[in-house]
Order: sequence, then C-alpha cells, then structure tokens
Amino acid sequence: MNWRRFWAVFICRNREFLRDRSTLTWNLLFPVSLIVGFAFAFSGSGPDLYKVGVIGDASARSDSTFFATRYIQFIPVVDPVAALTKVERHQLDMLVDPIGQRYWINEEAPAGYVLERLLRGADVADSPFNKQTVTGRAIRHVDWVMPGILAMNMMFSCLFGVGYVIVRYRKNGMLKRLKATPLTPLEFLLAQVTSRLWLTLTTTVGVFAGTNHFIGFPMHGSYLDLFLVCVIGAISLISLGLIVAARTTSEELAAGLLNFLSWPMTFLSGVWFSLEGVHPFLQQCAQLAPLTHIISAARAIMLDGAGLGDVSGQLLTLTAMSLGFMAVGAWLFRWE
Amino acid sequence: MTALLETHGLVKHFRGVQAVDGVDLTIPAGCCFGLLGPNGAGKTTTVEMLEGIQEPSSGEIRYRDKPLGPRFRQDIGIMFQSTALQDHITGRENLQMFGRFYPRTLPIAELAETCALDEFLDRDARKLSGGQRQRLLLAIALVNDPELLFLDEPTTGLDPQARRNFWELIHRIKTQGKTVVLTTHYMEEAYHLCDEVAIMDHGRIIAQGSPRELLAAHFDDVVLQLPLADFPNPTPLDAHTIIQGHDTVEILTCDVNSAIQTLMARNISLARLQIRPRTLEDLFLELTGRELRS
Repeated sequence: MNWRRFWAVFICRNREFLRDRSTLTWNLLFPVSLIVGFAFAFSGSGPDLYKVGVIGDASARSDSTFFATRYIQFIPVVDPVAALTKVERHQLDMLVDPIGQRYWINEEAPAGYVLERLLRGADVADSPFNKQTVTGRAIRHVDWVMPGILAMNMMFSCLFGVGYVIVRYRKNGMLKRLKATPLTPLEFLLAQVTSRLWLTLTTTVGVFAGTNHFIGFPMHGSYLDLFLVCVIGAISLISLGLIVAARTTSEELAAGLLNFLSWPMTFLSGVWFSLEGVHPFLQQCAQLAPLTHIISAARAIMLDGAGLGDVSGQLLTLTAMSLGFMAVGAWLFRWE
Repeated sequence: MTALLETHGLVKHFRGVQAVDGVDLTIPAGCCFGLLGPNGAGKTTTVEMLEGIQEPSSGEIRYRDKPLGPRFRQDIGIMFQSTALQDHITGRENLQMFGRFYPRTLPIAELAETCALDEFLDRDARKLSGGQRQRLLLAIALVNDPELLFLDEPTTGLDPQARRNFWELIHRIKTQGKTVVLTTHYMEEAYHLCDEVAIMDHGRIIAQGSPRELLAAHFDDVVLQLPLADFPNPTPLDAHTIIQGHDTVEILTCDVNSAIQTLMARNISLARLQIRPRTLEDLFLELTGRELRS
C-alpha cells in the first residue's frame, strides 16, 4: 500500500465531484426538498391508510362496527408496551384494547384524531370506549421520516457515486490507463471508497444541520453515535456499490443493477412507512438490506435515545455486511 | 544495439480466436520501433502484451533480458489511442496525479515545455482540442521520465498540422535517447519516425527491418502516375505493370525511359505525369493485400 498514490487518486476524485456543480447541487437539494416537502405535507392531513394495533385475540374484538371499517389495517398486538411505543413513533396510528374498551392515540398524529372520530362516532360521549392518552414523547411524522430520507439519500450517493463512476472510468478507458501505472487495485478502490465516504458524510451532515435549523428534529441520543451509524452505514453501502462496479463494463447495465438494489431497499427498509403488518417474508428480506439497519439504528438514537449498546446489533450487522461486500468486490474487481 | 525488449513465441488466444500467433520481436534500446498492420492483424493485442496490460497465452517477454517485473511499470510510459481523463480536472492536476504514482518524475514545467502545454496547462481537460489533448496525454506518458514509451496510434483523428506538430514532439523525445514503440495506420508517419518497423498480419510478423531496407528488399521499381483521364483505357504496356485506380493509372517500372517512350508512342499526354519512388504504403498493401478489411 502506497499512501502517496492513494492520496493522488483521492484528491482528484474529490475535485471531480466538488467541481461538478450540477451533481453537487442535486446531492444537496434532493434530500432537503424531500424533507421540507414531508414537513409541509404532513402538517395538515394524514396518510390515506391507517394502522391500528388490536390488543389480545383478534376474535375477541368488540362488536363495534369500527373493526369492519375499510382502509384500516388491524394488526394483532401481543406486547402492548412495545405497541404503545409504536403509537408514539407513528408506526401505529392507534392502539385498541377491545376487552378493556380502551384506546391510545398520539395526540400529535392527525391519523390518531381521525381514527378516534371513527371509533367513537360523531357523538364521542355515547361511545363505550374510554380515551387513554399516550404519555411518552410525541413526535411529528416528519421526525419519524427524516432519518429514512437522509439514509436513503446516503444510499443513492454511495451506490451510484462508486458503482456508476467506476463503471464509467472502465468504459472510457481511464481504468485501463491507471492499470498501466504502478497504482494497485487496492489503492485505487480505497481512494474511491474514502472519497465517497467523506463526501457523503459531509453532505449528509450539511443537509441534517440545515433542515434541523428550520424544522427542528428531536435528538434524544448522542450526535456522535448517530454519526458513527452513518459512517458504518455509508461504508456498507459503498462496499455494495463496489460489487456492482467490480466487472460491469456498461453504464446502462450498472444503472439497472444499482436501481435493482436501491429501489427495493427504498420501499422495504422502512424509509416511508413502518414494516408493521407487512408480510413476514418481506420483513425477513428487509433484514438483508443495509438500509434497514441504518434507519432503525438512526431512529432508535434520535427518537428513543438509544446508546451504542442498544444499536450494537445493527452496527455489528452493518460491519459484517461491509466486510463481506468489500471482500467480494475486491475479489471480483478487474481494471478492464 | 542492445535489445531493450524482446519477445519469443508470443501467442494470445481469445475464445478460440488466435489473435497473436508466435510473434518474435527484438526492440533495440534507443530505437523508434513501428508496429504496422491492418485492422484485426493483432498489433494492439501484441502491444498490450508488451505493455503488461494483457497476459500472453504462451511465449515470453523480456525487458532488459529479464521477465517483466514490478519495476517494468515504473520504467514505461503509455499513450493509448483513446484515454478519457477525469472530468473537471486540469492538465496540471492530471500531471500531478500521474506523477504521484511514480517514485521519480519530471518537473511539470519541463513536461509543459517538451510537449508545448503552457497555453492550456490550467484548463479543464474536457475543453482541450484534439491536438492539445494528445499533447497532454503524451506529457502524462512522459511524467515518469520513462526509458520505454508506447504510443498507440497517437495521431489518429488529428488534422495534418497537428499531426506534423506531434511528429516534431516525437522527434524531440527520440533525441533524448528514449526507446519508442509506435503503432500507426499512417505509413508516412512510420516512415518519418521509425528506425525499424514490423508489419503484422493474421497475428504474425510478415516483414521486419528499417523502412529503407524493407523497401529496397521488396522493390526495385518506381511508380509513374497518370490521371485516368489522360490514359483512359490502360492496356498492357510492354513489360511494365499497370494498376488502375479510381481516377489514376499507376505504371510500375524498373526502366523509366522505356516506359515514357512507350507512352509517348501511344500519344498519351505526359503533362500531368508524376514519378515517385515506392513507399511504405505500397509495401504495406503488397504484403497485406488490397481487399477491404473490417
């Protein structure tokens, strides 16, 4: 390993990215516009589909016609304490105990209000159900979505920033030229990974700080822990991009493969909606995606005040994924 | 002269295709060596094996009488026919980056002077003209002050003026005692620049020597060239060979006086007659054929 050669490639890659104003602007504007859009969209109305947790055996539900309402997903709940946390976190819109004739909603959630009206009917006083208020830290929908959006932006930046760029270098002959120098594949790949890592982290921190200034997100854990999750998460995603870039010679194929990886992650990793009530097979599939672990660790730190010990499972999984992806990518890599 | 680079029985297969079929080459130190051949002849594969870019299927390459080792990459400079440079990076930054790959490098000012880069050294490489870009790529190939320089069709796509300028640069580099391996489609370029050429076809070397030696060995005649309009229905002309082109007629002869007398006897106008010696292009076409290749 020659650090002088590594540094030369690292510096040039950084310059290439930072001088490409359109790409840089897009990397900053895309997540900001999504977060701001969400903050605006969910300040007034709620989502169309509601999720209601039902404590106890589903067959023991009350006779209330509420449980026959269409467009509401009723999810059996075994652990009411965990379910209450999910109500606090907007993962469940309401929790109902049909036997005890009680329900819980998040006072901050528009969906909770609508469901309450549906459950109790127009005349709230006649309802047999007694209102219980969640006493935990209530959060807005945007607070729940924001870690997902930032992680998703990191994912696109890492996958395409390494995967697509290396394939472009291969296609236009740049890699062939580098192969003819004393530069080794390890030095080249490490420079690409490091460059993309710090660029992604810098833009992510910048977007977080900027949106946090105007919107104000809750942070019940440590910023340092959150940054560590971002670092390990970004390394795992960059390493995944390396596998795509290892041998692909066509930019079109690379784009297809990267989309094949990124879009299922976008929908299955809990960026936009909770995986509660999703088919167990899909929930298992989601565990294979680095993004799932990044988002769950980030939310745990930000919203639940989790420490590193609490998210050690996610961190270990991400580290193992990083090592595995990197080993496969380095093993597969060819200059041409 | 001592051999700097040698190959023995160099062979390369690609999925059942024999691209290079037992090539033996000796490239003396300080020589400008031209490798010529039609498309698909195997010259690019041969050169890429010499550069260490591709592994031979069999055979041997020796540099300074030793197999190619890690030091080889530090001793060579390569200019590929088409190499993209990183976007948004200036010529100077490209030279700095490539310079950091080597333990010993030439100062950028010296490279800029040798390759005439001064006017665009700090310009984004995307904004360079074809000639400027080739000069920058040549400077990158020279950044480590290589003993052996590979130039793969360096003037393809350049206008005649830029090509002549590039030849001057190569002449300048030759005077520094560097060994140059040049592949080109331009026979005039090979004739001007190369001390020795090898002509390849179907993966084999079919002729090798200095351009003058090769011409002397294959030709003892000259070419009389007339516009077809002046010699509209060329019929056999005694012992002279006639080749009819699209708009010219070429008469190959060892006896110019006799050929001219025969033409005059047939009342053919000689006002636009041109007499030229045989060229490397004639030799190339004679050895590799005139049929269209892909």
